[in-house]
Amino acid sequence: MSTTPTVTSTGTRASRIMGIAALVGIGWLLMFGLVLSPEDVNQGNYARLLYIHVPSAWLAYLSFFVTAMASALYLWKRTRSAAWDRVAGASAEIGVVFTGLALITGMVWGKAVWGVYWTWDARLTSTALLFVLFLGYLAIRQLDAPPDVTAKRAAIAGLIAFVDVPIVHQSVQWWRTLHQEASVLRQDLKVEMDGLMLFSLFVGVVAFSLVYVWLMLHRTRVGAMEQALDDKGLELAIAERHAEAGLTPADPVAAGAVVDGGH
Amino acid sequence: MTSVLIGYALVFGVMAAYAVRVLSRGRSLARRLPDEDKPWI
Repeated sequence: MSTTPTVTSTGTRASRIMGIAALVGIGWLLMFGLVLSPEDVNQGNYARLLYIHVPSAWLAYLSFFVTAMASALYLWKRTRSAAWDRVAGASAEIGVVFTGLALITGMVWGKAVWGVYWTWDARLTSTALLFVLFLGYLAIRQLDAPPDVTAKRAAIAGLIAFVDVPIVHQSVQWWRTLHQEASVLRQDLKVEMDGLMLFSLFVGVVAFSLVYVWLMLHRTRVGAMEQALDDKGLELAIAERHAEAGLTPADPVAAGAVVDGGH
Repeated sequence: MTSVLIGYALVFGVMAAYAVRVLSRGRSLARRLPDEDKPWI
């Protein structure tokens, strides 16, 4: 067994290519969002905030959808794997970051256009609830319990929390809200945006999606190493207990006696 | 336009800070663990 690491980062050729693509996408977004896209007739320059606000919200939806799917795959016995748990956890963490960004950019836009940073509107409230629900999900993952128990609890919590995503999306249809209705993903399939503004929004969604894939590559690799380190910590603790009791770890009966005796 | 620039700075600042945190955590763990614990290699 080799103990000297030769690989000292989570980067690979694929992740570097993805990282460069994400940076190029962000460059395009800055160019179209801040320079090339026209001012809105009603909102003026404040409409430029939508090119980062909408992609942040989109990424929150995408992240939590991936968390829900990976959670379901973990709970289904035929596909149960610690890898699905790691994917779910990584995606939820990224989702929380982008939900926070969607809330912050929405507040900046709200202050400029509505005159207030916050109002208890159905869309804003359900999004804030989504943020809190997935913070709770991340807290569950930190609880001190055996890894399989934590993973099962987190998977159930992830599926329950995901129920809020369609509520957030439909909130502008179901309730009378200050928040405007969808401009692109409308039920009647009509798109109510200028061509260049729509393209700028599309660039934002693509750029943020590339950032998501790049972050997922690195965050799931970090998760795999955290799991390995936890396993090694457990092995080390058991070995120390064996040493204290004067037993050899190779003896399963003795090892069992030590572990059982510890409870 | 100031609010717009603040919004963009916040988004890309938070995104960069989170990316740096993930990468540095990855580097720190990768130095402590042998290569066989890195399934992506």
